[in-house]
Amino acid sequence: MLAVPMRHRSLTLLGVVLLAQVLALAVQIRTRSQGRLIRVWAVETITPLERAGSWTILKVRGVWNGYFGLIHVRRDNAQLQAENDRLRLRNIELESQAAESARLAALVGFRDAHADVPMLAARVIAASADSSSHAIFINRGERDGIRRNMAVITPDGVVGKVFEVYRNTAQVLLLTDKESGVGALLAGTRTQGPVGGVGEPLLVMKYVSNDENVSAGQQVLTSGQDQIFPKDLPVGTVAEVRPGAPFKQILVKPAAHLDRLEEVIVLLTRQELVKSPNAGTESAPGGSSTPAKRNQ
Amino acid sequence: MAAYTPTETHIEVHKFRVLAVIGVTLAALLIQSFLPVHFPRARMLDLPLLVTLYFGFSRRNPSTGLLLGMVIGLAQDCLGRSAIGLYGIAKTLTGFLASSFGSRIDVEHPLSRFGLTVAFYIFHQAAYTLTQRVLLAQHEALFTTHLLLQAGLNALVAIVLFPLLDKLRLPS
Repeated sequence: MLAVPMRHRSLTLLGVVLLAQVLALAVQIRTRSQGRLIRVWAVETITPLERAGSWTILKVRGVWNGYFGLIHVRRDNAQLQAENDRLRLRNIELESQAAESARLAALVGFRDAHADVPMLAARVIAASADSSSHAIFINRGERDGIRRNMAVITPDGVVGKVFEVYRNTAQVLLLTDKESGVGALLAGTRTQGPVGGVGEPLLVMKYVSNDENVSAGQQVLTSGQDQIFPKDLPVGTVAEVRPGAPFKQILVKPAAHLDRLEEVIVLLTRQELVKSPNAGTESAPGGSSTPAKRNQ
Repeated sequence: MAAYTPTETHIEVHKFRVLAVIGVTLAALLIQSFLPVHFPRARMLDLPLLVTLYFGFSRRNPSTGLLLGMVIGLAQDCLGRSAIGLYGIAKTLTGFLASSFGSRIDVEHPLSRFGLTVAFYIFHQAAYTLTQRVLLAQHEALFTTHLLLQAGLNALVAIVLFPLLDKLRLPS
């Protein structure tokens, strides 16, 4: 019996293994066989695992592409969103500035048209904290020559009157307030009747006889008899007329946009607003001006 | 006359659970099979060779090293299109030599692992190509720069992979 030394056992094994494989190769070459059977076994063994592995990697890739791979897209999207937000804000800001410019232009135009009438532009800085009253605060006060009961208007029409005056600010009672009122008349018939607020967007014209011919759309102007507002300022237009007892119920839509006031004009005198061909200059809201003495 | 006394160096032999060896081998074959489908550049890797090398270095038993190399090589042949035995022979030789080297030198250091992996990768490819030339009369280039690149890449992977596989060692 041939004894293989221990130290040569691995070499012998190597030789045997290599020889076996060389023979296997030789057989394959000789028979042109590709060892199909053993390949089938190997493939059948490994294929289910490969399928599972492939499924796993596809899922992982899907998660990666669908989530982690989108991190940059999300970042870009966030940047674009932020830029879009900035641009939208900028657009709103520009639109606001354009609207403000238009309003200021209207104020200046109004001021220029009545250059001989002392008036002061003011900016609305707050509304009343009391929800039951309709009042605003303006950025003009006693220091600017503002006094109680001065008329407050816009180029569109009457706003209200100065109710309280402080050093640097003043409270203006809007026409829509229940406590508010203005002497008015119907433009067509010159029928007089006070117009006051009822705490609603529409005003009420009182004490107009049922015999008077009043129709919706008629213009309502100040009468000048309240000693606050000059004559012939637009108060509003008749929105609805109902017969009542003993007087008509006339609802008036304010001429001024009382729900979105930003700049107003405080009339420092009751002088009639007659359009003047001489265009004067007046500061924009927030600017300085020299108030004239109120002509009472 | 002074007697020659060989220097004794302690080389630790590491053992693994059989299931761990089978699992790692199957995983290597599996990943080698489907990874290039999704990542074509993964074709440059030879994970079965790295597994052969790792177990050869760790077990330090030439017999088990060559047998494991044979099994892995034959499996690789079966799962590929090459004649059965080409990878078998190359990996048998590689497993045998890796085990032999593992029992003589330190194969734990990353640099040592890198250098040995480069060397054995080139040896493996040379054995494969020579077998092709001699037994199958298929003339393939023996040495290319691409081979060096692949060797370096596989060695880099080995530096990462081997410490992971070290965790499978049974406590001695």
